[in-house]
Amino acid sequence: MFSLENIVNLPMIWYALIFTAVFLYILLDGFDLGVGVLFPFAPSDKCRDRMMNSIAPFWDGNETWLILGGGGLFAAFPLAYSVMMPALYIPVIVMLLGLIFRGVAFEFRFKATRNHVKIWDYAFHFGSLVTAFMQGMIIGAIVQGIEVEGRRFAGGAFDWLNAYSVMTGIAVVFGYGLLGSTWLIMKTDGETQNWARKSASYTVLYVAIFLAIVSISMPIMNEQIRTRWFTLPNLFYLVPIPTASLLLLIAIWRDIHSNREVRPFLMSFGVFLTGYIGIAISMWPYIVPFKITFNQAAAAPESQSLLLVGTVILLPMILAYTGYCYYIFRGKASHEAHY
Amino acid sequence: MLSNLDPVLLARIQFAFTVSFHIIFPAFTIGLASWLAVLEWRWLKTGKQIYAEVYRMWVKIFAVTFGMGVVSGVVLSFQFGTNWSGFSDVGGNVLGPLLGYEVLTAFFLEASFLGIMLFGWNRVSPKMHFASTVIVAVGTLISAFWILSANSWMQTPQGFRIGQDGLLYPTSWLAVIFNPSFPFRFVHMVTAAYLTTAFTVAGVGAYYLWRKRHISHARVMLGMAMIMAIFVAPLQLLYGDLHGLNTLEHQPAKVAAMEGLWETQRGAPLILFGLPDQEAETTKYAIKIPKLSSFILTHSFDGEVKGLKEWPKDERPPVAVVFWSFRIMVGIGLLMIATGVIALILHFKKRLFDTRWFQYWCMALTPSGFVAVLAGWFVTEVGRQPWIVYGLLRTADATSPVLGTSIAISLTAFVIVYAFVFGAGIYYILKLIGKGPESLETAYGDHGIGKPPIVTDLAGEGGKQNV
Repeated sequence: MFSLENIVNLPMIWYALIFTAVFLYILLDGFDLGVGVLFPFAPSDKCRDRMMNSIAPFWDGNETWLILGGGGLFAAFPLAYSVMMPALYIPVIVMLLGLIFRGVAFEFRFKATRNHVKIWDYAFHFGSLVTAFMQGMIIGAIVQGIEVEGRRFAGGAFDWLNAYSVMTGIAVVFGYGLLGSTWLIMKTDGETQNWARKSASYTVLYVAIFLAIVSISMPIMNEQIRTRWFTLPNLFYLVPIPTASLLLLIAIWRDIHSNREVRPFLMSFGVFLTGYIGIAISMWPYIVPFKITFNQAAAAPESQSLLLVGTVILLPMILAYTGYCYYIFRGKASHEAHY
Repeated sequence: MLSNLDPVLLARIQFAFTVSFHIIFPAFTIGLASWLAVLEWRWLKTGKQIYAEVYRMWVKIFAVTFGMGVVSGVVLSFQFGTNWSGFSDVGGNVLGPLLGYEVLTAFFLEASFLGIMLFGWNRVSPKMHFASTVIVAVGTLISAFWILSANSWMQTPQGFRIGQDGLLYPTSWLAVIFNPSFPFRFVHMVTAAYLTTAFTVAGVGAYYLWRKRHISHARVMLGMAMIMAIFVAPLQLLYGDLHGLNTLEHQPAKVAAMEGLWETQRGAPLILFGLPDQEAETTKYAIKIPKLSSFILTHSFDGEVKGLKEWPKDERPPVAVVFWSFRIMVGIGLLMIATGVIALILHFKKRLFDTRWFQYWCMALTPSGFVAVLAGWFVTEVGRQPWIVYGLLRTADATSPVLGTSIAISLTAFVIVYAFVFGAGIYYILKLIGKGPESLETAYGDHGIGKPPIVTDLAGEGGKQNV
């Protein structure tokens, strides 16, 4: 039977691909969830309309990366999927409910009469907020490790809930807020943009604080992570990562207070990238920390091979037409109103 | 009290609830997307505005339905893990890639080009817009291809071996993807989706004709829908029959439950109606037509049909649900065929668009496709119990290590949220239907109308543009 087992290291490629898919999800849905988080704080209903319109053509495609992350995990690492989903039962279900509220809000809001619009404004905001918070808690719970016995989750229903995961939940809410506000700086102007700049300057501060807390706490909490980061020569190789985060945060701060429009958004991507690489390095080689490695969880080589062929062909196409859609809807959400 | 709850039963109810709710939306959008593509093609070809106006009314309904389909579908892609981790672990090697391909080949395609379809009117050429509609329509079919392949494999598994660790390993992908029941299920389901859309559109068209509003638009809707009823509804009976014969070959216990037959016999009667009693192992008060069941299933009046008693009690599906769901599905199918026949007669009498009672008839059948689709899925899904992967893995052995209490709470949450959210969705769809198509000159400021909403001043006052 067809297999690429002897040609490439399938589990490692898939480990990288899953991390990439989840990262693209965090970036792309991150900014539209962030817009939802910031939604009620906008100065006027008109601003809110612009905010909604700036992401309406994209949210569905962005959310598809989540399905790819989940579906890809199921396909490439079924064991990890079948251990982690029960472990994270409650936050995953709550996240899904949040996604329902915010997802339907796009369509319903356009159809609603004036007095109904408020309902969907709140559905959009709280749906986004809850989703972001749950995703943060899920990340926090995963990095703390998951109880496993044999091939099954062996912990309790509330293992994921503790002060640390609440902290990471809040961190992600602010992180998405930063992505959302820098997106709005890029896609709007005038009053909305001014407000977005203000929002960005608040959120970037909180992001810096939370990034620092996570960076310091993870090595303290876990010895493996400590050894990985703070032994020589690793330290020399890894120091550029937090340094880059710091420089990017400073640059974002300066850009927000200048008239730059696109760069803050791209540099927020950069901050997420450095933070994410940091977490990925800490997790390596585990896919269910700190019990199951990606090699142990890997699906049969035949299964990973089949999907890899499709991914190699289709992923560039997906990226291309996703890019095309962003190109079609380029420019300011409000400028077009003139013609 | 909560701790006594059976996690397996709760997980099954939750999955049944969320998947039943979900299938309503694709059942509609698969057909609607194809129909919208046909409308836009007619518009580009003939230049008649009426097609564009009908398109722009239904694309809004499509958007609402599609949105609800997306959010209810995301739930399912996670539930395999949250509630059926035993199944994910054992079957992941085989089913995972199929679902992965669904995301890669269909979901991204639909999601990306839906944006252009809804918001791209003034940003891309009419040809590119048409291409987007076609791509979305093809995307819905590709999605159906993979998910029905995966479901069919769970019904009629092949192309795998059982490893020493008890997990399933693929041995032939072609055998897995094109498993015995897949072609039948795919054709039957896609046709069902087309008919569901046709009868919904017909009902709305009939409503406008009855209210004497949007007459010319309504004629397009009812006329095109009746073409489907005349030509496709009879085909569906044929597809269904073939699917049934396939089921008889691979899952005879399901067919026995559909027929309500307990004893294996030659010249088995067709039980029209009756009350199957699982305990007493009989179908009470049965109204029978002698030998017909044998004839339908074996094409011989004396052919042998297996009864449920062939299987041990713990390998029989819940008979009553399967038996009744099957009758509802077939009954609606026959009503649809009858609709086509009536439409044909009325067409030749040139009374198709002004026969009052036929308008009531079509309005009454508006939701018929949805009911039939749900009933059909009840037949096939309940009918394969107690197995999740037929003959290999029992549903009871496939669950997650999650407390009954957790599932009870999540199930309650799903029921409340779905009732509210999807209730609102239906309300907005009804409002869109109430509003009806708008002529392109006056239309402004909504999905796909005039200026794209991304640039439209939805707040209304005009005022300062530079917000």
